[in-house]
Amino acid sequence: MILVAMAAGFLLILMGLYGALTNRNILRMIVAFTIASTGVNLVLVSVGYIAGRTAPILDAAVPVAKAAERIIDPVPQALVLTAIVIGLGITALMLAYAFKLYETKRTLDISKFTELKG
Amino acid sequence: MSAFLPVMSVVVALATIGAAFVAIRVDSLPVAILSAGAVSLFASVLFLILAAPDVAMTEAAIGSGLTTFLFFFVLGRVGGGEQDND
Repeated sequence: MILVAMAAGFLLILMGLYGALTNRNILRMIVAFTIASTGVNLVLVSVGYIAGRTAPILDAAVPVAKAAERIIDPVPQALVLTAIVIGLGITALMLAYAFKLYETKRTLDISKFTELKG
Repeated sequence: MSAFLPVMSVVVALATIGAAFVAIRVDSLPVAILSAGAVSLFASVLFLILAAPDVAMTEAAIGSGLTTFLFFFVLGRVGGGEQDND
């Protein structure tokens, strides 16, 4: 289970990088970046998983006294929760830049932006 | 019952990889955006299997819902963006 999720996460990272490097349309590059960030989150959560334990929620099935030996580590999950929200902020920033680039050049093709070429 | 979660995780992982492949290789830009949303949705099921229900909720709401909305908002503002899509 943990190995399956970790392999899927690494594969998503590689596919996202491939898509970001081979596409010329800026919106397609941003789509590939969101796929890569989903893969990073998947790898982080699967690193924090401990086999045979349950979600870190204290209820009738997990009393407070037994919590330390029955729940998995909640810290990676909290980190990934933050990373998801920051990922939305990064995506919104990239989309805003893409729209500003489209406003100035009327195109989204990255090979037509040649102002910085030496 | 004990073999349910590993089998389910393999199926959902394959669905995630397939949706990512579609999102990167397909010609139409709206289909690519929707497939990227499907990748987030399948990944949130994987988070649920990995005993992280809070991360699964956030991924489904923000990663899948809000991100797809943002992409379509910008796609509408740039008029499809397909005319220079080789």
